[in-house]
Amino acid sequence: MNWYRKLSIKQKQVVWAWSFLAIPVLFYTVIRFYPTFGAIVLSFQNWNLLGAKTWAGLENYQRLVADPVFWKVFSNTFIYLLLGTPISLVISFVIAYHLDKVNFLHATIRAMYFLPFMTSAVAMAWLWRWFYQPVPIGLFNNILSSLGISQFPFLNSTFWALPSVLAPAVWAGLGFQIIIFMAGLRSIPQSYYEAAQIDGVGPWTILREITLPLLKPTIVFLVVFSSIGFLRIFDQVFNMTTNDPGGPLNSTKPLVLMIYDTAFNAFNMGYAAAQTVVLFTILLIVSLLQLYVMRER
Amino acid sequence: MSNIEYKASAATLDTAKPYNYNKRMEPAKVIRWTILFLGGVVMIMPIVFMMSTSFKWPHEIYNLKIIPDDPTIENYTYVLEDGRFYKWFVNSLIIATITTISAVIFDSLVGYTLCKFRFRGRMIVFVAILSTLMIPTEMLVIPWYLMAKDFGWLNSYWGIMFPGVMTAFGTFLMKQFFESVPDDFLEAARIDGLNEFQIWWTVAMPLVTPAISALAIFVFLGNWTAFIWPLIVTNDPELYTLPVGLTTFSVEQSVEWELIMTGAALATIPTLIVFLVFQRYIIRGVVMTGLKG
Repeated sequence: MNWYRKLSIKQKQVVWAWSFLAIPVLFYTVIRFYPTFGAIVLSFQNWNLLGAKTWAGLENYQRLVADPVFWKVFSNTFIYLLLGTPISLVISFVIAYHLDKVNFLHATIRAMYFLPFMTSAVAMAWLWRWFYQPVPIGLFNNILSSLGISQFPFLNSTFWALPSVLAPAVWAGLGFQIIIFMAGLRSIPQSYYEAAQIDGVGPWTILREITLPLLKPTIVFLVVFSSIGFLRIFDQVFNMTTNDPGGPLNSTKPLVLMIYDTAFNAFNMGYAAAQTVVLFTILLIVSLLQLYVMRER
Repeated sequence: MSNIEYKASAATLDTAKPYNYNKRMEPAKVIRWTILFLGGVVMIMPIVFMMSTSFKWPHEIYNLKIIPDDPTIENYTYVLEDGRFYKWFVNSLIIATITTISAVIFDSLVGYTLCKFRFRGRMIVFVAILSTLMIPTEMLVIPWYLMAKDFGWLNSYWGIMFPGVMTAFGTFLMKQFFESVPDDFLEAARIDGLNEFQIWWTVAMPLVTPAISALAIFVFLGNWTAFIWPLIVTNDPELYTLPVGLTTFSVEQSVEWELIMTGAALATIPTLIVFLVFQRYIIRGVVMTGLKG
């Protein structure tokens, strides 16, 4: 340790810093960056796990563009996003806006909304799958039939299956968004509201001119956070459609499920890797859009 | 910011005490409260039905009663006697605990280093780690699987855990929170003769405990409910985590919904208990990470 004693304080700091970072730098290189490039390289190859890897050039991507299932899956993924994000954000904002003004049993009500966030998506998928079963098993259809309304197909309909799969994902995520919205509402200075009240401004104008503009950072964060979540939806779909993954007729299949199927059921590693590159690109665009929208902060 | 100020600012983030508008009862307020309360009831209804059904006999699951006519613990006895659930539970607990400890230690060490040390390459390391946030897990599972296969990590705890032993999100979060630790404290400790590791562990870490607990909760919950990677890396039922085990079990049962609900309840109850006990900390943690992360 003689050499260490000869170092200046500043040099000692550098030694400490790099010794703290040695294992993490190795980790991020080997477990994050190397696999990322691995996936990109693999997307230009053909490999079924057993034989030799062969170069395929753009073949996997050409196959993807020509694959009608891919386009179905691609549009499903965006339907999850375009339904899930606005619906969950509007509901959670409305709840947060009102809950913020409630004193009596505030913490209890907040806990009720937050509770589903603490559950596992797999357990909740099976729970909701039971709700969606036809009469006489499923809860929803039993409620409908006790009200004298005819049965609803839920997971058996190519049109309604996707929203049915989405519902538990929205439900479980609401609590998180409500808490973040309430924190955002709290961070708006009270004096703005007082000034507006003195000026005799109505509640709608206050909401439009003060609350929403000042809530922009919160809204952008939640839009990006929940968009990424919906674009990566998998657990719910996989568990609610185990008898026909992504069915009926691929109507609920999201990109991640297609990746899983291609890689681990069809063992078409190169083709699956090309799909992951597409997913990566979509998520990258979403993240860059966030940076662009928030650039002035 | 001093530690006290820092704690105070964390306390104001807590949403437990709303602004006191005025205390008069007005019809509009009563209606607002009632609707919000009923909404809350609707939110927990699915979980209530899950619990209720797990105590019902098979012939009773078709009725809509919340309190079963003839409650039974037969379903729990059946599921637990199976023995696999116990194993899956232990697997999940071990994996989530070890990953949490590891992520908390490494994320705060890296966050601290990037925040408090000045050295060439600091920004490069920071930006590099931050940029991994944009890489989705789903893109990495294929290379990870191939890696695990080559190294013989398939069907092992380490195989399930290795992708999560450090997190870029946690590193970023901890770096943000170490900004609030005054350099003077660290300098004083340096003069007292503590080495850099001791300064980090005994001086800096105790000052960011709220952030550590928030990170720990997130990492634990994330690993407890993780599905796609454990599903890919294990095919030995002995090594399944609770979510993967629950999927297998439910597919087997197929129409025995009371047993599926019992399994789902067993996977859900632990985190619900954790939430009910640590509610304040968890909500504060969500708020802190949401605003800083």
